[in-house]
Amino acid sequence: MRRLLVAVPYVWLVVLFLVPFGIVLKISLSDIALAIPPYTPTLDLSEGWTGFKAFLSQLDLENYVFLTSDDLYWKAYLSSLQIAFLSTFFTLLVGFPVAYAMARAAEEWRPALLMLVILPFWTSFLIRVYAWIGILSTEGFLNQFLMWTGVISEPLTILNTNTAVYIGIVYTYLPFMILPIYATLEKMDGSLLEAAEDLGCSRMQAFWLVTVPLAMPGVVAGCFLVFIPTLGEFVIPSLLGGSDTLMIGKVLWEEFFNNRDWPVASSVAIILLLILIVPIILFQRNQQINKEADQ
Amino acid sequence: MAASGNNEVFAPWKDRDAVPLIRIDQITKRFGDFTAIDNVSLDIYPQEFFALLGPSGCGKTTLMRMLAGFETPSEGRITIDGVDMASVPPNKRAVNMMFQSYALFPHLSVWDNIAFGLRRDSQDKDQVAARVEEMLKLVQLSQFARRKPHQISGGQRQRVALARSLAKAPKLLLLDEPLGALDKKLRQETQFELMDIQEKTGTTFVIVTHDQEEAMTVASRVAVMNNGQLVQVETPEVIYEQPSSVYVADFIGDVNLIEGSVAALGEGAELAWAEGRASLIGQLGAALSKGQSATFAIRPEKIAISSDEPLDRRNRVRGKILDIGYLGNLSTYHVELPEGPVVKCEVGNRSRIERRDFTWEDEVWLSWSDTAGLVLAR
Repeated sequence: MRRLLVAVPYVWLVVLFLVPFGIVLKISLSDIALAIPPYTPTLDLSEGWTGFKAFLSQLDLENYVFLTSDDLYWKAYLSSLQIAFLSTFFTLLVGFPVAYAMARAAEEWRPALLMLVILPFWTSFLIRVYAWIGILSTEGFLNQFLMWTGVISEPLTILNTNTAVYIGIVYTYLPFMILPIYATLEKMDGSLLEAAEDLGCSRMQAFWLVTVPLAMPGVVAGCFLVFIPTLGEFVIPSLLGGSDTLMIGKVLWEEFFNNRDWPVASSVAIILLLILIVPIILFQRNQQINKEADQ
Repeated sequence: MAASGNNEVFAPWKDRDAVPLIRIDQITKRFGDFTAIDNVSLDIYPQEFFALLGPSGCGKTTLMRMLAGFETPSEGRITIDGVDMASVPPNKRAVNMMFQSYALFPHLSVWDNIAFGLRRDSQDKDQVAARVEEMLKLVQLSQFARRKPHQISGGQRQRVALARSLAKAPKLLLLDEPLGALDKKLRQETQFELMDIQEKTGTTFVIVTHDQEEAMTVASRVAVMNNGQLVQVETPEVIYEQPSSVYVADFIGDVNLIEGSVAALGEGAELAWAEGRASLIGQLGAALSKGQSATFAIRPEKIAISSDEPLDRRNRVRGKILDIGYLGNLSTYHVELPEGPVVKCEVGNRSRIERRDFTWEDEVWLSWSDTAGLVLAR
């Protein structure tokens, strides 16, 4: 019985991660073909061992070599990393004060505030991103409002630029930043700040010397929770970004559906995964350290 | 209790020339409609170990937080060492506080916790290090300097908190229920350690506690508080032996309270308490006039128990043993008087195998001397 319980997560991992990963990895080593499925070779078990050997011999790293020959790909990776880094930073910039304010709000208000942070999840993500098109477009609400107040005389071009992508990402992933930071700030003992003040800190010093270090686990968790999905983000750049917005998620989509080049698309996906493994491992380690510190 | 070098008893509050370190002058603190502190005035002298004692909600913590600067008085004035504290924020006061929860910084080691306050004064590194080592030695934690607070025991954490609050050599140290989280045995040991450290450093300590035993043990003077007011401010001996009111007598230690009215006033006071019984004789503990209703207060350990009528004592009553509690060092008898009240009486078990003279339902005599009891206003 106990073994069965332990086996559940392993089976889960094998069926839902390792097997699909193996399939994608195999496709990335194949060649493009005008067939269904659109790649070759496919494994034919009826020919037995020799068939398997012939199948293996046809796999190669050609697609990976191709990725290095066209600068589109590494530029897309770099641009994705840059957008992910910057939007994580902006999300932190907005999220920390919000989480801080929530944690310092009167206790009876906190559940309501928490609800407000989670509320957007009740609508479809896609609809919310579309809504931003309505806000940011040249005739959108934002431009109308700014022109009405007289701040600007010509409408701003925000939609279909990287700015719109940043706005979309910060908006979408803000709850993932706020919630872990709020969790660490909320359980912080208020007397720690009084103790810091008592020992000669100004309010500002107490914030930097006590609040910030104690919020660090939440900040790190929030940053990873934003950074990891942002790196492979596809919907936001393709709806809000312009033609010059280069993100690897978009490239991946184009390879699969516009070019129908599954092998190259698969190799793009494999590289993306490898890039993501580093922050994921760091994230896991952060969680582990926190767990140990709590004991 | 802090004692001065020579044989004189440390009692600056009796000295008309002594200058108090802290002057609390007609302080009132209101939170909305609730009055936490109601017109309190109090002087605390240098090197005192002063206890604020009272039940929870009596205002003792609020009073202490005003000394630290975390609350501002609604009315009145606090001066520390001659300086009006009204506009001085907590971080600018020569006052440090040891928090009830200890409030140790969990992300810093024991060493860094103690150094925290010193670094704020931007002392140079060697000076800070020397002071931290000195403090670690004082609380005997040198070998734990590198540990984080969650890696040491509750008692050790308490000592780190003490070391941290003493590190800046404050003029005044505030202790908020400092021993509340420790178990009884450790608490008693720590009480004596606190007194030692207080004496060694010569710092003025103000301790807040709801534990009367703790206040009595450590303090040079105790202020008993109730409903935001000071009920009595005196040395532990006086608080125990000469309580000014029934509230203090009842709050500190065990006491028997017998209701009656003042029958005669002479050297002491006589209290008529039951029809056809001789009056109880005791010392006058409050301004009372003849005929006024009053309460007779007598501590259980001052009552003697015997099977024969003790004819040499004027205060004697007869009753029946209702309960016997054996506590090891002493035995408690609950004796029911035919007039109604149940009187508690404590007898020390001095020899190891003592003959048990009395048992349940025995008729016994209780007696006490003329000066053992107090007649207090009801």
